[in-house]
Parts: sequence; structure tokens; C-alpha cells
Amino acid sequence: MTVLAETSHPLSLEPVQLLDEHGDPADGQVLPPAAQRLQMYRRLVVGRRFDRQAAALTRQGRLAVYPSSNGQEACQVGAVLAVRDTDWLFPTYRESVALVTRGIDPVEVLTLLRGDWHCGYDPYHHRTAPQCTPLATQALHAVGLAHAARLAGDDVVALAFVGDGATSEGDCHEALNFAAVYRAPVVFFVQNNQYAISVPLAKQTAASSLAHKAIGYGMPGRRVDGNDVLAVYRVVRDAVEHARAGQGPTLVEAVTYRMDAHTNADDASRYRTSAEVDAWRKRDPITRLERHLRAVGVLDDAGVAEIAAEAEDFAARLRERMNTDPVLDPMEMFRHVYAEPTPQLREQAALLAAELAAEAEAPVGGVEARA
Amino acid sequence: MITMAQALNTALRDALRADERVLVFGEDVGTLGGVFRITDGLTREFGEQRCFDTPLAESGILGTAIGMAMYGYRPVVEMQFDAFAYPAFEQLASHVAKLRNRTRGRVALPITIRIPYAGGIGGVEHHSDSSEAYYVATPGLHVVTPATVADAYSLLRRAIASPDPVVFLEPKRLYWSKAEVALPVQTEPFGRAVVRRPGTDATLIAYGPTVPTALEAAEAAGEEGWDLEVVDLRTLVPFDEETVCASVRRTGRAVVVHEAHGFAGPGAEIAARVTERCFHHLEAPVLRVTGFDVPYPPPMLEKHYLPGVDRVLDAVARLQWETA
Repeated sequence: MTVLAETSHPLSLEPVQLLDEHGDPADGQVLPPAAQRLQMYRRLVVGRRFDRQAAALTRQGRLAVYPSSNGQEACQVGAVLAVRDTDWLFPTYRESVALVTRGIDPVEVLTLLRGDWHCGYDPYHHRTAPQCTPLATQALHAVGLAHAARLAGDDVVALAFVGDGATSEGDCHEALNFAAVYRAPVVFFVQNNQYAISVPLAKQTAASSLAHKAIGYGMPGRRVDGNDVLAVYRVVRDAVEHARAGQGPTLVEAVTYRMDAHTNADDASRYRTSAEVDAWRKRDPITRLERHLRAVGVLDDAGVAEIAAEAEDFAARLRERMNTDPVLDPMEMFRHVYAEPTPQLREQAALLAAELAAEAEAPVGGVEARA
Repeated sequence: MITMAQALNTALRDALRADERVLVFGEDVGTLGGVFRITDGLTREFGEQRCFDTPLAESGILGTAIGMAMYGYRPVVEMQFDAFAYPAFEQLASHVAKLRNRTRGRVALPITIRIPYAGGIGGVEHHSDSSEAYYVATPGLHVVTPATVADAYSLLRRAIASPDPVVFLEPKRLYWSKAEVALPVQTEPFGRAVVRRPGTDATLIAYGPTVPTALEAAEAAGEEGWDLEVVDLRTLVPFDEETVCASVRRTGRAVVVHEAHGFAGPGAEIAARVTERCFHHLEAPVLRVTGFDVPYPPPMLEKHYLPGVDRVLDAVARLQWETA
């Protein structure tokens, strides 16, 4: 184990692992109870089935775009299960599986990507911020919310999801720095999936690891095997409780791999080899946990089939609901810009309302007739 | 007599007293009381939890303000200077302005972003920008700028009480302007311009730092036989078309006066709107007297850059009086 010595936060380069690639428990590690491990397996399987269904919906034209979580399910499931319902999540656009694990209606999760509105769920109801597209900007919101919760005397921790590429953003630096200075109860959870669209990590940073960046901010940094859901759960939970205890923020780097292209619009073959992808396939998070659970007798063929059927059912219901066109109200564009619309917005809304009314009254082919 | 700086300070103090959800933070706003002393004494009176210094990072200040507002606080943040607010622009344009809309009204962001702006104090290049055009072009923001001591107090109180984010532009050259005002004062809600000086021959439309310039020009014009009306917009967004257009319909002539660059500046929008709505009342094209389309000049040249009384009067003289 390589330990970076002479710092206040000794940091291992070796990712924390509870289950190795074959599903064998690492030496001396105490695993979560069997029921909890089985629950994680269930969430992984449902999460992946959801992810595959969403990708399929893209091909059917039901989603405008879909950034896949394939391969990163252990990160998203493990991290979400490690926080309380009263804690807050600050996800990015790739955290669909995390949001489904959180219990958010999958149709509401996909609203952004279907394109009928920017955010489909109620952030306060789920204590989950809208999925954030501008990179690393949400990390600052997490710090602010965590700091505010502490000012209010509440027992709330914020979990900020960040990608490897986003660690290069200025806002990531500012968020880490503010969090450390405020000792804010926030956990920065970096999914290092090796690529920022096409740019590999080696072109993103010269640091020994992303977790090492924590040292400069004066906070603990942890590396974890992002394809080992038990390890992710353990490391994030420890960081969350550390924050809850008033000990301040932690930077967690989960080492994982994005099995699919960046989105359906991307062509990953232009920047990485299939051999590389295949090597990561061997580290699959679900296969690994399934092997382990079978080996210890918690799971058998019937159990696997039952969970697969549950996932299938989840996907079928989603498919059915997504196969109807959403009902849109174009006037809603004007409704939420301000608490009270400006006179100028009222005027523009009236213009659109008149257009819509004319459209509704126009007989079939009326537009052509006018033209 | 109190200064605009004192009025702003009192507004912050009264807001902190009135609502425990109000927080004031930014660079040097704590112990020092701000480089312009607008937050003077607030940490002493309200403690470090209510008024505090942050690390020196504007995106961080505004980004964390978003999280605090999401949790129910009402942050009042200070961007130390106009040009220092630019690092926060992504948070402002991508989140502050849009979160209410993104969440269908579920997440409101009652954040006040105080920005000392504009020139006239002999400041260096990055301490003198009139950056309002960037903000008014961003739907979801209110953009407010006081021109008087009373308005500085009342508009800031309204900004802090607003359910929506407010970019509060403080004309730094007017910080030391004085008036006999007994605080607290209350003025109209956002979106109400005010006629500062009634007149019959032409309307000068101004806001923030150019309101005193316009008033001075109107006084001087009186000596040349022109009776000028001066409208102070107070809020650029919402824009009070009604008051502006009513004035122009009365006078038939208009000049917009602002320090910001002329090209695609707020004056372009105002001139277009006035032209669209008052065309048949206009005796002359709406003119603009603005900053030149150059980067803010060095201090020794700013007197040539800033729209002054003479430049305003020259514009008034070009309003086709011979056709009257």
C-alpha cells in the first residue's frame, strides 16, 4: 500500500476494495449485513435495467439524448444508499441511476432528457437538486446548502457528484476550498470514469490521483474501487458520518469506467480501444457482487431470476409510460421566470397565447392555405 | 445629512434585524466592513454567522449563496467591483437566473448580488465597468440601480425582500452623495420609474450614476430655453415602459443617458421600445448619450469617456427643433 506520508491526511493510492474482481472479500474487511448486500444487488440490477431501457428509449426517439451510467452503477447506488433521506444530493446529468436509487419516479428523472421540461422532480420533496449540466457548478451549491444546514443547526449532509473532467473546473476548486474553510458537512464524490467525453484522465490532471487534490485543501481524500458497491458504500458512509459529526468535508474518488460512449451522440471508438473496454468488463460491478452473494449462499438462481424479473417489470412500466407523448403547455415558458412576470413578459405571453389560439381555430391545412 | 453609503449600510442592518434568514457575505465584508465600508459594523453587531468574509472567489461566493438560498436563507452577497463579478457570471446566468424556471417555480432564489459599478472615481481599468447590459440580457434577474440616497435604502430593502434574485448595482461615484433623509423610507415597488424633474420639451432617460448628470443637464438647458424632463428608471428589469412612454408622449423627444457602452447597451433597447410605442408622438429620433465602445479608459482619460452635461446638451440640440 502506497501511503502519501508527511501530511495531516495520509492517503492511499490503492483504492479501497471490499470485494475483488472475482467477488472474493478482501482480507480483514467486515462486510455489511447480508440483507443489505442483497438490497444493493437489487438496486444495481434495477439501476442497470433502467439505464438500458433509457438508452433504448433514445434509439426510439423518446429521449433527446441519454448519458449512460453503464458501468458506474456501483458508484451511484453505493453513494446514494450511504446517505440519509434527510441528506441532500447534487447530481450531474449522468446520475440517472443515482436518482432512481433515491426513489425518484423514473419518468421525472428522464424529464430533462425527454425534453418536456428541465427538471421533472421536486427538489425539496426528494432533497435532490436538479441534475446539473454546467460542470462542477453544483459542487458550490452543495457547499452552500451544507453550510446553511449547519447554520440552522440541522443534521444534514450534502453529497456532491462530480466527474473526473469537472475536477479541472474552477468551480470544483472553489467548492473544495470553501467547504474546507467552512468545515461544511459535504462529501465530494468524484466518479473517475477515465474520460471527459473523449479526453482521458492523463490529459486532465498531472496529480497522482484525483483524491490527492484533497491534501491541498486540508481535507481527507479517499480512493475507492468504484466498481465495488460495498466499498463505495463504506467509504461514502464514513465520509458522510465524518461530515455529520462536524469534522468537515471529504473528497472521495471512485475509480470506475464508463462502458458506453459519453452519450448516444458520441462515438467512443474514436478515442479508446475495445481491448480497454473489455478489460473493464471483467470488473463489472454486478457480476462481482452476484458471484460473492452466490458464494456465501445469499443468492441463488431463483433469487437472481426474481430480481431480474423485478427489474424487467420496472423497465416495462417505464417503457409504457414513456411511450405516450407528454402533454405540453407552451405558456408554461412564461410562468416560472419570475414570481411575478414583468410587463414585457406579459406582453410576450399574450403574443404566444394569440398564436396558439389561432392555431387551435385554424382548420386542418389552414397553415398551408394561409401560406 | 447621510450619504448613499450610509443608507446602504442602514438598509443591510435593518434587513439583518428584520429577518434572521438574511446573511451578508463576500470578500472583506466582515472585519473590514467592505472596501467601500458598506458593510461596516455588521459583523460586530450580528456576529460572524450573519455577516462573514469568504475566500477570495466570486463564483464560490455566488455558488454557495445558491445553496444557502435553497436551504431557506436570503443571502446578500457583495462582488467587490464590477469587473470582479465576471468570475461569478456562470453561476449567475446558468443557475441564479434559471433555477426557479428549471424547477417550475419550486426552487426560488432570493439572492441579492450587490455590485459597486461604473466609473467616475479615478479607478483603475477593472474597477469602473458599467456591466448592466450583461445582466439585463439575462431573463430571470431583476436589475436595480439607485440614484438617490433614499432609493439606495428602499430599493436595497426591496431587493433583499424580493422572492427573486436581484442584481443590485451601486453607482460607486454616488456612494458619497448626501441627502436629508430620515430612514427608513419606503418607495414604490420594482418596475416604477420616477420623474425626477418635470419638463415639457424633451425627456432625458437615465439611471444610476447618470441621473445627477441628467438633472444637471436639465438645469443648464433651462438657461438655453429648453424645459427638460428627467426620468430615473431605478429598475432596468422590470422596465417601466409606462412611465417612460407617458413622459415621451408628453414631450415628443427623448435622449437616453448611460455610462455603459452604447452598442447593444440598455439605451439601444430603450430607444427601440420608445420608438415602437411612441412613434407618432416623436418629433425626432430617440438619441443616446453613452460611454464610447472602448474598454474603460485609464483614470486620466475618463472625463473624456463619461457622458457629461455638455454631451447631453449637444444631443438635446440635435433633436430637430427646427421642425417644431
